[in-house]
Amino acid sequence: MFRRLPDAPVLTVSIAVDGLEVSARAGETVAAALLAAGFGAFRTTGVSGASRGPYCMMGVCFDCLVAIDGVGSRQACLVQVREGMRVETQRGRRPVGS
Amino acid sequence: MTAEFDVAVVGGGLVGAALAWGIARAHQRVVVLDEGDIAHRASRANFALVWVQSKGLGMPDYAAWTKRSSDAWEDLAQQLKQNAGIDVAFSRPGGFTLALSEAELEARAHLLQRLHNQPNMVRYPYEMLDRAALLQRLPRIGPEVVGASYCPLDGQCNSLRLLYALHTGMRQLGAEYRAKHVVHAIDYQNGEFILRNTSAAVRAEKVVLAAGIGNARLAPMVGLRAPVRPQRGQIVVTERVERFLEHPLVTIRQTDEGTVMLGDSQEEAGLDESVGLGVTAAIASRAMRMFPLLGSLNIVRTWAGLRVMTQDGFPIYDESSSRPGAFLATCHSGVTLAAAHALVLAPMIAAGSLSADLDVFSARRFDVQTAA
Repeated sequence: MFRRLPDAPVLTVSIAVDGLEVSARAGETVAAALLAAGFGAFRTTGVSGASRGPYCMMGVCFDCLVAIDGVGSRQACLVQVREGMRVETQRGRRPVGS
Repeated sequence: MTAEFDVAVVGGGLVGAALAWGIARAHQRVVVLDEGDIAHRASRANFALVWVQSKGLGMPDYAAWTKRSSDAWEDLAQQLKQNAGIDVAFSRPGGFTLALSEAELEARAHLLQRLHNQPNMVRYPYEMLDRAALLQRLPRIGPEVVGASYCPLDGQCNSLRLLYALHTGMRQLGAEYRAKHVVHAIDYQNGEFILRNTSAAVRAEKVVLAAGIGNARLAPMVGLRAPVRPQRGQIVVTERVERFLEHPLVTIRQTDEGTVMLGDSQEEAGLDESVGLGVTAAIASRAMRMFPLLGSLNIVRTWAGLRVMTQDGFPIYDESSSRPGAFLATCHSGVTLAAAHALVLAPMIAAGSLSADLDVFSARRFDVQTAA
């Protein structure tokens, strides 16, 4: 559904999404990388379990929440990808730490 | 001429809605006259506790009234589920008030001792717990928590759904709801009340003032008075997380839908409903000392609401002697007292007079003569 614009060649970084290797472009956000890789739903809600994905892509809607490097409920549209980053889509309510 | 309504309730918050629901159940024709969405609404800002412990120092009748409501709450929740089809998520697992120092724990024990030592104090159990005992019930407390008071009667609900259920239910029972109907004047003619706003008049045989802070303005129109003032409280809410806390604490509770509410401040700020970083930071800091795991959660909302406070902190229930059929109800615990309002007070109003055991709640208690 989403395709990247044919910009100048850019550095590629590798991230893991739910354990799968996904290649992303340096400088793009986690949300952009996931959308380009074909992820539509990033999470399910904590009350009804409905699927949610990025809506605003500018930090407002909070529908793109994912766990990044073990920290839950981060806004994927506001975090830039980094080599080796571990991203997990979320199911329902976030677990609390010990 | 026959009045259009048996009872006009002024105010559609939790107090007004609980009374209207209860009066409609008694087969009376009820109209609720409410303000619009911009009204100061404690009903939408509260902490949703159904709280008993520590209430009533200085007025044991208030402790008894609170316990009576707490005891009737399960019945209210069941009836709302049947009548309105809405689950208000009531639970009564017992509540804690945590102490972060030995001095706090001692002060808490002393306060509860004085409360329960009052003559005519209603009997109910509570416990003071040291850290070791508390850890068995709340294993995730932080290292600074030295103990707590616990009362098995304390509970909680989803107060937004409570307000919604009362409104849905009262309409099912035939009550009429009119928003944006600010009452400007209340006339009393030939035994009926005429409630006027700028464009319309509503006629009713009885009137119930349940307008929160607005009662101060309305009460003199029916020969009563309601010395109430706004007291601001601020609340911080986290994202939804997996359940870690079944029990309500007086300043921390996890809602049925997973968010964690952190409260609460008591500020004299007039009608200012703004939220300040200083107070919310203090609330969050104290909450993190109680449960360190809260420190990793995202905050999704903060808000401030205005409690409806009397000078002694207790409710006012009154009926007018000069305008028979005019009643007034006001309190800062519209959630806790919802069951007493809906199931005890409302039937009294429907029947036409308050019972003598509510005399103690009359605003006449504030009429103290100045010393010569």
